[in-house]
Amino acid sequence: MSSPAGAAGAGAPNVAELAARGRAEKLRIFLLSLPGVLIIGVIIFVPVAWLFGLSFLEMGGGLSLVHYERLMHPSYYLTFQTTFELSFLVTAICVLLGYPYAYVMVQATGIWRSLLLVAVLFPFWTSLLVRTYAWLVLLQRRGLINNWLVGSGIVDEPIRLVHNFTGTAIGMVHIMMPFMVLPLYASMRSMDRNLLLAASNLGASPAKAFWQVFVPLTLPGLFAGVILVFVLCLGFYVTPAVLGGGRVMMWSMQIERSIAVYADWGAASALGVILLVVTLAILAAMTRIFGMQQLTGNR
Amino acid sequence: MLSGWATETQVTHRQRLWLYVLVGLVAFFLVAPALIVVPMSFSDSRFLQFPPEGFSWRWYETYFNSVEWREATAVSFKTAGLTVLMATPAGTLAAYGLHVSQSRIAGLVQTALITPLIIPLILIAIAVFFLYARIGLNNTIIGLALAHTTLAIPFVLVTVTAGLKNYDMNQELVARSLGANRVVAFLTITLPQIRFSVMSGALLAFIASFDEVVVALFIAGGDAAPLTRRMFNALRDEIDPTVAAISSLLIILAVVLMTLSQWIEARAERRQ
Repeated sequence: MSSPAGAAGAGAPNVAELAARGRAEKLRIFLLSLPGVLIIGVIIFVPVAWLFGLSFLEMGGGLSLVHYERLMHPSYYLTFQTTFELSFLVTAICVLLGYPYAYVMVQATGIWRSLLLVAVLFPFWTSLLVRTYAWLVLLQRRGLINNWLVGSGIVDEPIRLVHNFTGTAIGMVHIMMPFMVLPLYASMRSMDRNLLLAASNLGASPAKAFWQVFVPLTLPGLFAGVILVFVLCLGFYVTPAVLGGGRVMMWSMQIERSIAVYADWGAASALGVILLVVTLAILAAMTRIFGMQQLTGNR
Repeated sequence: MLSGWATETQVTHRQRLWLYVLVGLVAFFLVAPALIVVPMSFSDSRFLQFPPEGFSWRWYETYFNSVEWREATAVSFKTAGLTVLMATPAGTLAAYGLHVSQSRIAGLVQTALITPLIIPLILIAIAVFFLYARIGLNNTIIGLALAHTTLAIPFVLVTVTAGLKNYDMNQELVARSLGANRVVAFLTITLPQIRFSVMSGALLAFIASFDEVVVALFIAGGDAAPLTRRMFNALRDEIDPTVAAISSLLIILAVVLMTLSQWIEARAERRQ
């Protein structure tokens, strides 16, 4: 407080000193983020970087691309194909079901809106395993859905609904729906409804107003949902592992197998690194277009 | 009921009845699976049928009488509790520090702190497994809680940052000009006003840990195996009706947590 510079009566040094003190304090405040940075740095960044390095080392210890070359093998190709097909399909179904859902939810009022919101939030808070288990029970050979299909005469005998691609897709759509509906709902809610009135006032038909005014304004929410769902699908493990019954080989399961069955850290690391790069590339493309808030602001 | 919006666009409710039917079906699709598990958990039979034959508590008894399941449940609660205790202060401090210091580096650090949400879980799982194998933290509760803390910090950071954006920092300045130091000003003026955000963050941290499966599969075996890991293994082997009983209990937990979160949100909105 009683610095000699200030006592001298000259304004400039005092200002400089205050600025320096302000900077020092800003730094101290900034350092409050240190505990979080340390935990995440040590437990996530260090080993991920380590695995990144490991993916470029061959057995003997020399630098090589052998782990990446091996990923060109046809058996891996099938895994990538399944992963992308399933992710595209699930994302597409989520858009087709989620968009009308958010659309009606944002127009509903009172109890109806609350009910629709709870129907989306309830799965969100329910354990992933519980939901996966529920689908396992529903879709099994003697499950509710097969009983109903046979009982109503649609099929003659129970059809295979689980431990295959179909069951995995159904379960994944269920898990991913909230991630599609919530960003869509947020973008529809923040929109100015009068724009639609203006459109119809200017002679647009309802369909035209919807497609040319409403839909374009919800694109940020739609893209956020699409990217979120797609990226989560790419790395999804639990639901495909249970509902796929070992017949649907996803990227993440290949990584798990490389470690659990073959203890092959090089292959697992290479698979993990490519998965991360693809994920980051998709997210980066989105942040380029819409900014980071779309990703974090809607939770 | 529905607002007059449909008529604003000159489409009557009747004309788009198909839309309401579709949305109703989707809502049913979202809620029904979890709710069907509850009646099944009271089934008398070893096979899961719907509607269940007879009524019994036997699967709940199996759960409560099994040492393994009970221990796994205890591990889950301990881990989630530790995660909340570590992630909430770390995330809140980081949110405050980065919000106040508003520099470009702060933006970078913020991005770094939410990356655990972006990195595929399976990669995090094998990376942590790899690290813990070297430092001897595999199959320990504290190791699992530390890993879950990294996954929970982003949720706390995002919710508390949102809370701070709605808070007028000048109030803290006033307190300090009246003689409170920075820490006292934060604890007595700022923290009480962002408490709902901190509580939401803590709630999300709890559920992030309690429901986490993939990381636990890799790093938490033996005595440190949480409920989710045991359930996952039970699902892969056979359809064990005990899981239906556990699932029903978890659904009750989900309803409680969701209600709590909605209540916190409503309180926070009323304050503004």
